[in-house]
Amino acid sequence: MSILETERRRDEELSPERLLHDDPKPAAGKVAVFQYLSVAVFVFLISGFWKLQVQNPDVYSEAAERNRIKSTPLLAPRGKILDRDGRVIVDNKASYSLLLNRDQIKWEHLPAIADAMHLDYDELARKIRRMGSSPQIIIKDQLTRDEIAFVESHRDSSSYPEMDLIRAWRRQYPQDGFAAHVVGYVGEISESELDSPAFIDYRQGDLIGKDGLEREYDTRLRGIDGQERVLVDNMGRERQMETQKEAVPGKDLQTTLDLDLQAVAELAMEGKRGAVVALNPQNGEVLAMVSRPAFDPNKFTGRISRSDWTEIAEDKYKPLLNRAIQAQLAPGSTFKPIMAIAGLESGVIDDKTEFHCSGGASFYGHYFACHLKQGHGAISVHRAIAQSCDVFFYNVGNRLGIDRIAHYADLAGIGRKTGIDLPNETQGTMPSTKWKLRMSRQKWYAGETISVAIGQGAVTVSPLQIVSALGGLGVGGEWYKPHLVRTDKPVLLRKANFNPDNWQDVLSGMCAVVNEGGTGRAAQLPGITICGKTGTAQVAATERTKGAKLKSDLANNAWFVAFGPKENPEIAVVALFENGQESYNAVPIVRDILKAYFDKKARMLHPEVTQAQPAIARMLLSIPVMGDLQAAGLRGLSR
Amino acid sequence: MFGRTFRDQDWPLLIVALVLCILGVLQIYSATVATKWQDAWWKQIVWILSGLVMMWIVSNMDYHVLMNRIVYLYGACVLALIATLVIGNKVFGSTRWIGVGGLKLQTSEFVKIILILLLAKLLTDWKLDTLEWRDLGKLAAVVAIPMALVMKEPDLGTSLTYIPILICSVLMAGLRWKYLLILSGILLVTLPIGYHFLKPYQKDRLVSFIYPDRDPKGTGFQVIQSKIAVGNGGMWGRGAKESSQTHLGFLPVPHTDFIFSSFAEEHGFVGVVIALVLYFLLIMQVVQNAQTATDRAGLYICMAVAALLLFHVLVNVGMVVGRMPVTGIPLPLMSSGGSNTWSVFLMLGLVNSVRLRRFVN
Repeated sequence: MSILETERRRDEELSPERLLHDDPKPAAGKVAVFQYLSVAVFVFLISGFWKLQVQNPDVYSEAAERNRIKSTPLLAPRGKILDRDGRVIVDNKASYSLLLNRDQIKWEHLPAIADAMHLDYDELARKIRRMGSSPQIIIKDQLTRDEIAFVESHRDSSSYPEMDLIRAWRRQYPQDGFAAHVVGYVGEISESELDSPAFIDYRQGDLIGKDGLEREYDTRLRGIDGQERVLVDNMGRERQMETQKEAVPGKDLQTTLDLDLQAVAELAMEGKRGAVVALNPQNGEVLAMVSRPAFDPNKFTGRISRSDWTEIAEDKYKPLLNRAIQAQLAPGSTFKPIMAIAGLESGVIDDKTEFHCSGGASFYGHYFACHLKQGHGAISVHRAIAQSCDVFFYNVGNRLGIDRIAHYADLAGIGRKTGIDLPNETQGTMPSTKWKLRMSRQKWYAGETISVAIGQGAVTVSPLQIVSALGGLGVGGEWYKPHLVRTDKPVLLRKANFNPDNWQDVLSGMCAVVNEGGTGRAAQLPGITICGKTGTAQVAATERTKGAKLKSDLANNAWFVAFGPKENPEIAVVALFENGQESYNAVPIVRDILKAYFDKKARMLHPEVTQAQPAIARMLLSIPVMGDLQAAGLRGLSR
Repeated sequence: MFGRTFRDQDWPLLIVALVLCILGVLQIYSATVATKWQDAWWKQIVWILSGLVMMWIVSNMDYHVLMNRIVYLYGACVLALIATLVIGNKVFGSTRWIGVGGLKLQTSEFVKIILILLLAKLLTDWKLDTLEWRDLGKLAAVVAIPMALVMKEPDLGTSLTYIPILICSVLMAGLRWKYLLILSGILLVTLPIGYHFLKPYQKDRLVSFIYPDRDPKGTGFQVIQSKIAVGNGGMWGRGAKESSQTHLGFLPVPHTDFIFSSFAEEHGFVGVVIALVLYFLLIMQVVQNAQTATDRAGLYICMAVAALLLFHVLVNVGMVVGRMPVTGIPLPLMSSGGSNTWSVFLMLGLVNSVRLRRFVN
């Protein structure tokens, strides 16, 4: 480039036109505006990060945690329920449950899920609305193969990521209502229970004992659920185990029940309505307890269907009622031993006192009949118990007056709860002047005492109460708290200091009931002295007026209470056969159980006999064994 | 000659850019460990190194020379865009890439440079003090052609990046503030009204029409996940490779469009401020070169580059914190990807070229 050319270019560049149009300086202000704008942009961006990262990072770290950690409960199996020998009555079976993860629930998925799971959509929706803060909810237990397949296939394809399968434990109860009332059943915790502070540890969807031992010992039986926390990626694929808190299984519950005796009792009650209780009067251990009609707890386990529930709940014979502890019925003549001891102890009669029975007697202007129309003639306490003479006890009752009767009856536990470890025990009624004042603000009429004296009128008991009362009488006036779960120390509730002669008089009377041609002679056992008392109780008058339609529902209730051996009673049994007409219909039930008990005892005491001599063994082994029971239609007993 | 250019290089600009590149490579590495993109980090290094070579070449070219040939370049660029539409590689339902000897290049990225130079050329040739509507119309038409072609791909995000180039250039060239006010007034009024008239499902459809691949799990999923990732970082961050959002795949494309989200999760607010300050310094350095440019062409070029970078940072980082819609434009220098890296280095080369020519004449 020559100097000249350079000069010319410089001239050009410095020409006013060039300066005007190519000088960047006029744009300086706009450049400054751009700089301010840049500052504003960066402040805007940084404030965005400030808000997310510094002001509320917890919100987002929790969200990230929820994103990456999937926690599923590891359900703890409930404790098993065992009999006194450790045999399993209630077990658990592994099954699968469907769980929904709250964070991923999409309402538009629910109809399809409800449909595939055979659930009612509205019920499901209501449940999910109520789930509150719990991260998951179990919506269906015991999935069938089809349902599992549905979950698996739709989870893998990620179309319903809210679904999760978890291993659950299905409660397995004996079939056909075997011991159903004793063990009870579990069910999903109800909404009202959830709202109550007593169930603060429970969450929506939890299973809880609803009745029987399941309910009474729920806290012992239920374990502590564990939790599995798994790292998942954005597709819900499990990457690695984060932490795992093992479930703590519930503790097994060893009951005092004897499965063999229970089986016999169940069998003996087959086709009847009523209840059986067998207990050891020396410590209160309940050996068998049956109530009929029964229900199948397996239908209740987990989430019962509405139709099953209404069918059971609306049955007129109330299969859910545990008659052994909840029936409140007139004890009838089974009340007489209590009358006898009351009469003897208070001195209104002695063992020689005789009353004349001509088939009835008049008191306070009313005629009261004896069950034996031709009358018992002159009769004393021993024969009065054995023959169950009503007139004798009318007189005793008349001499005692209601409050002295109530005193001794109360001692035996009539009119008060026994305190057995089952829910909803009823206390029955033992009337007295005070009771009547309290209940109806009316005076007690002496005439009312006469009915009470033979276990009718206002007095009502549960089978457990009467067997506990007479069993305690049988062991000399000691009443132990009945219980179903083994304890080291039996609880002595009350102790009476009876004159031994008086007590022996009553005992020998009860012995005569069975062994001297009395009303309970069918309960005789070879080699063992059984004592007992029958009862034929009229169905309460109120029931009649309530309009029970069937004549058979108004038939008398048959009772039999027995214990043995007389010298040292170790088992007391009651059978209530509702509408069983005559007391002798209840006697064989008790006899079966007593025989089974003593046969088993003999077999335990002499195992060498049973092994060495099959013929003798067969005699001794007259109780039905499991195979026989199953043949008799009592399945699902035990493994 | 070489000695002087070496000494006069814009070293602060280069150093800031390289630090950002290093942060980017580290973040790409961290975000893609054990994924199908795990070789993205070294590919990115290759892109950066080759980009540096391009930057050096462009730095040593006179930008006037480039401007004088810009009409041909513009024509070639329009042809390339058409070719992309015709023979390009279809990925995720949009045709943005064209194969060049084994490389896949996103043609729309290079259009930015052409437009920057073309606008500078036109505005300096016209030698106007103020622009009239007529002039604006011509410039808009010039930009609209490639823009329409890119939108057709469809790639709304990249096509939108041409607008700041246009706006910045015309502002610098003397657009009257009155015009600007009128234009932005019209824009402000029509955009919300137009959007308001759409039904909700149409809005959703619009979004998913433009980005059918980007919204597989419901509207806003990516933004939610990005915000969770950012928030999860907290003040100090979760640490490299410790970020759950990034590594468990909750964060979409954590090495490209959402790299800053991943960066924020791992390095926290402190890391974010450092990175954003670097970007600010980068842009200010470009602006400084504009201020020292000897002629208007240099000014236009530098300011257009600055505006483009600012726009990229604003939209990308704004998207990461949920303050901007998801448009899918990369974060310059940090996001993994060859075309954008090259295009940014080419632009920085132009800026450097302007700087190196301030003593010439």
